[in-house]
Amino acid sequence: MAVITAGRLENGGAAVRLHNLRRTFDDLVVINRLTLDIRAGEFLAILGPSGCGKSTLLRLIARLVEPTTGTVEVTPADLKFHTAYVFQDAHLLPWRTVLENTVLPLELMGTDTAESAARARAALAEVGLAEAEVRYPAQLSGGMRMRVSLARALVTQPKLLLLDEPFAALDEITRFRLDIRLRELWLERGMTVIFVTHSITEAAFLADRAVVLTRKGGGIKMDRRLALPEIRRNELRASPEFGREMEALLAAMEEES
Amino acid sequence: MRKILGRVVPAAIPLVVFMVGMEWLVRVGWIKAFLVPPPSAVFNTLLRDWRELFTALAKTSAGALAGFALSATGGIAIGVFLSSSRAIQRAFYPYAVFFQTVPIIAVAPLLVIWFGYGMRTVVASAFIVSIFPVIANTLSGLLSTDPALRDLFRLYGASNSATLWKLRFPAALPQILTGLRIAGGLAVIGAIVGEFIGGQGLGSVVDVARTQQRTDKVFAAVLLASALGLALFGFINLLSRVLLRRWHASEQD
Repeated sequence: MAVITAGRLENGGAAVRLHNLRRTFDDLVVINRLTLDIRAGEFLAILGPSGCGKSTLLRLIARLVEPTTGTVEVTPADLKFHTAYVFQDAHLLPWRTVLENTVLPLELMGTDTAESAARARAALAEVGLAEAEVRYPAQLSGGMRMRVSLARALVTQPKLLLLDEPFAALDEITRFRLDIRLRELWLERGMTVIFVTHSITEAAFLADRAVVLTRKGGGIKMDRRLALPEIRRNELRASPEFGREMEALLAAMEEES
Repeated sequence: MRKILGRVVPAAIPLVVFMVGMEWLVRVGWIKAFLVPPPSAVFNTLLRDWRELFTALAKTSAGALAGFALSATGGIAIGVFLSSSRAIQRAFYPYAVFFQTVPIIAVAPLLVIWFGYGMRTVVASAFIVSIFPVIANTLSGLLSTDPALRDLFRLYGASNSATLWKLRFPAALPQILTGLRIAGGLAVIGAIVGEFIGGQGLGSVVDVARTQQRTDKVFAAVLLASALGLALFGFINLLSRVLLRRWHASEQD
C-alpha cells in the first residue's frame, strides 16, 4: 500500500490544485473543465491516448502556457524556480559538456558558481553519470543523455518534477532501469512528481496514483490509487497485484481509444 | 599526412587533366591562343608580372577582407536585431532584402560618386554584395531554436539576453557560419566589381589587360582572385571546424 511518509512531507513537495481548468487553441478544446487535486509528495501518472492534451496539461502546471479559464494553484506559492520539467527527448545543449548542461538551471537562476558546480556533480552522481561530466552530448548514448536531462532537472532541488513521456524513446531495459531510479529519487527527495505517459506499464510501475484522461476534451475518465508496494523492483512487473492494476488501467484506456 | 594527401589528390586530378588538355588544345591550334591562353603562358605571366599582380592581389585582399569583416559583423548584428520581434522583422526585413536584389554593377558608379576613387568604394561594394546571406542565415538560425529549450529557459526565469547568448546564438552558429561562407566568396566578387569602376587591384588589372588584348594577364588576375576567394572560404571552414568540432554533426568525422 502506498503511504506518504511523514519524512517526505516535511521535505516538502508542492501541492497542485487544478480548478475548472480549460485551455483552447483557436477552436480546439484541449483541456475542458478539469479539476484535480495533487497532494504534496504524491507520484501521479497521467495517462491518456495521444492527442488527449497530456502535454498541454503539464505545460499548464509549469506555467509555460496560461489557462483560457480556470486556475492552477501551486502551494507553497513562492514556487517559481522549484518546478523542473523533463521533456520527451533529452534536449541538451550540444555545445556544452555534461557538467555544463547540468549546471545550466542554476546559472540561469543566478546561483553562485562554485557551489553550483558541486551541486551539479552531486546531481550527476545521483543518476550514475559522475564519470561522464566532461563529455559532450554527441558522445553519449540515448539513455545517458536522458539521465543528464534528469540530473539537470534535479539540480535545483525541485519541489515539483514534471515529466513528459521522458523515457519513451529508449530501449526497454534502459527504460526499466530509469523507472526504478526515478522511483528511488522520488522516495529519497519527497518531491511531487507528475508523470505523463501513454504507457500503461510505466504508469502502473511508477505511480501511486494514476489519472486516465478522456480522449476528447481532456476530462478525467478514471482516478485510481494503485495498491502496490512503496519500493518497486523489476520482479513486481510479473506479480499478480501489478497485473490487476494494469488490467484496471487498460480497461479505462481501451474505452477511450 | 596521408589524410591530407587523401583530400588533396582527388581535387588535384581534374585540375591537372584540365590544364594539360587546355595546353594541348591550344598547341594543336584548336583554340586560338589570343582567345584562351595556354596554361603555360598564364604561368609565365604570373612569374614575369608578379610584382604588379601581387600588389594588386594585396589591394583586392584588403578591400575584400574589410568588406567581409563589415558584412560579417553588420550582418550578424542586423540578424540579431531582426530576430527580436515579429513586428521588427515585418518593418525592416524587406529593406534587408534590398541588399540581395541590388544590381551591384549598376550602383557601383554611384559608390564612386559617394566615396571617390579608391579603397572606400571597393570596400562598400564588397560589403553591399556580401551582407545579405549573413543577415538571412543569422535570422533563420536565431528563429529556429528548439521550442523545448526555450521553455526550459523560461522555466528558470532566463532574461532575454541570457536566452540570446546562451541558447539562441550558439544554436544558430552553424547557420551563421554557412552565411559567412557564402559572404566570403561574394565579398571577393564585390571588391573586383568595385575596382573595375573606381579602385586599384585585380579588378583594374583585368580591366586594363582586357583593353590591351592581354588575355594571359586577365587569366592570371582571375586565377589570383579565385585563389583569394578560396583562401577566405578555407579560413571560414577552419573557423567553423574550431567552433563546432565538438558538437555539430557537420564538423565531425
